[in-house]
Amino acid sequence: MKLKIANDASVTMATRKRNKIKPAQAEDNQEKMTLLNQVTDSILVPHGMQRQDIDQIMAKLLSVPVDLADIYFQSSHFESWQLEGGIVKQGNHSIETGAGVRVVSGEKTGFAYSDRLELGVLMEAAGNVKAIVRQGQNRQVAVQNKGDRPQFYPALNPLGSLPDEEKIALLKKIDEQTRKLDNRIEEVMVSLVGVYENILIASHDGSLVADIRPLVRMNVTVIMEENGRRETGSMGGGGRNDYQFFLQQDTALGYGREAVRQAQVNLQAVDAPAGNMPVVLGPGWPGILLHEAIGHGLEGDFNRKGTSAFSGRVGERVASELCTVVDDGTLPGRRGSLSVDDEGVPCENTVLIEKGILKGYMQDKLNARLMGAALTGNGRRESYACLPMPRMTNTYMLPGNHNPEEIIGSVKKGLYARNFGGGQVDITSGKFVFSASEAYLIENGKITQPVKGATLIGNGPDVLTRVSMVGSDLELDSGVGTCGKDGQSVPVGVGQPTLKIDNLTVGGTSI
Amino acid sequence: MQNQQEIENLKNIVQDLLDEAGRQGASAAEAGLSTDNGLSVTARLGEVETVEYHCDQGLAVTVYFGQRKGTASSNDLSVDSLRETVRAACSIARYASEDPYAGLPDKDLLATEFPDLDLNHPWSLNAEQAIDIAIECENAARHFHADISNSEGASISTHQGIRVLGNSLGFLQGYPSSRHSISCSVLAGTGDNMQRDYWYTVSRNPNLLETPVAVGEKAAQRTIRRQGARSLSTRQCPVVFAAEVATGLIGSLVSAISGGNLYRKSSFLLDALDTQILPDFVRIHEQPLIPAGLGSASYDAEGVATQTRDIVSQGILKSYVLSSYSARKLGMQTTGNAGGVHNLTVEPGDMDLDALLKQMHSGLLVTELMGQGVNMVTGDYSRGASGFWVENGQIQFPVEEITIAGNLQDMFKSIIAIGQDMDLRGNIRSGSILIEQMAVAGE
Repeated sequence: MKLKIANDASVTMATRKRNKIKPAQAEDNQEKMTLLNQVTDSILVPHGMQRQDIDQIMAKLLSVPVDLADIYFQSSHFESWQLEGGIVKQGNHSIETGAGVRVVSGEKTGFAYSDRLELGVLMEAAGNVKAIVRQGQNRQVAVQNKGDRPQFYPALNPLGSLPDEEKIALLKKIDEQTRKLDNRIEEVMVSLVGVYENILIASHDGSLVADIRPLVRMNVTVIMEENGRRETGSMGGGGRNDYQFFLQQDTALGYGREAVRQAQVNLQAVDAPAGNMPVVLGPGWPGILLHEAIGHGLEGDFNRKGTSAFSGRVGERVASELCTVVDDGTLPGRRGSLSVDDEGVPCENTVLIEKGILKGYMQDKLNARLMGAALTGNGRRESYACLPMPRMTNTYMLPGNHNPEEIIGSVKKGLYARNFGGGQVDITSGKFVFSASEAYLIENGKITQPVKGATLIGNGPDVLTRVSMVGSDLELDSGVGTCGKDGQSVPVGVGQPTLKIDNLTVGGTSI
Repeated sequence: MQNQQEIENLKNIVQDLLDEAGRQGASAAEAGLSTDNGLSVTARLGEVETVEYHCDQGLAVTVYFGQRKGTASSNDLSVDSLRETVRAACSIARYASEDPYAGLPDKDLLATEFPDLDLNHPWSLNAEQAIDIAIECENAARHFHADISNSEGASISTHQGIRVLGNSLGFLQGYPSSRHSISCSVLAGTGDNMQRDYWYTVSRNPNLLETPVAVGEKAAQRTIRRQGARSLSTRQCPVVFAAEVATGLIGSLVSAISGGNLYRKSSFLLDALDTQILPDFVRIHEQPLIPAGLGSASYDAEGVATQTRDIVSQGILKSYVLSSYSARKLGMQTTGNAGGVHNLTVEPGDMDLDALLKQMHSGLLVTELMGQGVNMVTGDYSRGASGFWVENGQIQFPVEEITIAGNLQDMFKSIIAIGQDMDLRGNIRSGSILIEQMAVAGE
């Protein structure tokens, strides 16, 4: 299987909200709503469903001997605003509600979903999916709240966090301020996206888990022209927060400045070199190296099936001893963070590689059970209409002790790659690529000439063994990543300090 | 008959949406609705792995208040939801800026003829039958050769749905369509020397699919031939894009001549109309009315009539790919391409792939590409590749962990030949393409 990550501003996502319970009256009502009640009110009540209905559907699923079963309710509310040509020419608003019903027996999965939240429809779906298990036997559980868990982001609705006039004004301000930065700017495009999701997961063990997930994303792209040559620069960010995120510390205007700086650099770029050479990767988003080179290869499903180049290699050296890599869904407010995964399992900080040794895989329930491994909270799905799979959250490398100048200073002739578009991996052969969008030559220990974007290609199981220096400057990306696997997109984060790979193939044109 | 009734029902909902938009003050509106029902089954190592029942529906509405525009969508077709969706679209339109180019298409460009394009061939397949087909396909792959060591499984999927589109100019049309596919992916080798490849077949008509056995065997064959792949030294050489990746190369061309990228000045083919962008033997044309074609449609996403026309003739760019909006931004007329192209066809040459490799003599045959290294603004192209090294027109050995790079403007101009081995599995149809020279980076 091939898997992608992209710095993708055109996020589309399922979404909706129907509860009008919010501000004024809600505060008068002294009762502090629990998350579970809030989500139940938001998803079930508007459709005339009750918690007892979940018991009934679950009972039907459990009338056959299953290894796991769940019902996943989702209500999502999505909006996007786009500015180009100096005007906010359109916006989009989307609401989506539905439920997915799953049973697993051994390695077999039956799955159906509906966008109609009606007991009859979901009972029919349950009847269809349980047919995958042949023999009958009755079991019943009553669903129950699993109690409070730590929340890694506030239960905010970003869409209502800023009046529409102010969203428009913000986009226009970014456009105006950005255009002032350089008279070579031809076009500025700004997008703003907000998602508000309510999730309710009932599992065969009787647990009922709720989550409220805000997500915001902004992006600025500029196109600059000089003497007939056009170049582009792009910067964005976001996280599990509301729109105030972009107003703090000049964040939004900062995206514009950074996009302009990148386009300015690219206007000076010459052809990139082709061939093998030392490569220094900058901190932050270049961490897509980790996502592609090792992250996907360490997802439980591929390893259970033996289709990953990392299958059966726990305990082996897969990186230099400078490398410790984690997948951490618990970072507050991060784009890839989740309080619970889409199977209701609390997210964790999972060590994937410790001082170069492969420690373990990322798991969902199905694969953890079949592999006899512990759950790691990596069971994720794009929406109620998709099956969960082991997926990454925020994947990053811990800092080392070199300062970044020292690392660049150690390279006689090589490439410094500061920004990237996206990447892709073939998990079976281990070959992966990631495409630089801002890069420079390193000559005699100094960053010199900017070069055009080029794709870097390597082999996942051995690229990290060639990491010879790791910086002290760990950065996480600004909150831009979307990961694609088997047709499902989920938001993710990456990060790393500056690091040096002794030898990597650079796909330029200059030979 | 049942379809006809359902289409009428959905048309009524679309009309309700348009009426509701009018009631809420919109001066013009467009609404669309789609339903999709399907079944997907995956088998792995001889046993069923997943059975998935698909049932999707969605509606989308665009409203105009003069020159201000808003859009909203929902998957809830209830009356309440229709009203709320229209309200959401209107609310956005109130805040959007005046855009002199916004609006519905010109009425006289809307489609008025709706030929039967033979798009609907439902497959009455139950889960048991689908499982049998998937297992048959995967078995053919697993037993094809002793080197096949593992499997990602074989999948079969069948979908059937209805699309309805209407606007306040009086356009209201709907049609049913179907789409079925069988795919298989298997592995060869073990440990550090594993390879994987796949094959798939897709059609609107289940009788036109390749057989499950053929799909399985092709997947296995493609995997086997990748065993022992190695890198190449860095060099310049000719490159053949095999048909299955040539369609992506042509996709980059389509993107560069698409209205959205042109008016944003985000294309390396600005002002290229009526200029030579490809060698003079190349013809690229759009064939929207091919019976049962995967990209066939008599009208585009705005209801504008699609056109059977040349986009590139004798290597000269004759037409952009435009929607009403992008056309107005460029001072032109829409080409019926809102939502994309319809069966864009690169006219095949007379060589098959073997003959193309002979003509190349020595060079690289690319069968798979990785990554997104295509810069639309500059045309700079750099992607990960795997395939085969060719000498004297014969495949010598499989290659991997290399990149190919160039600039799309130069690459298009230096096309030497186009094969007759058309890949018809997508909306862009092309044979293999031989390019004079690219930079290959490797070990």
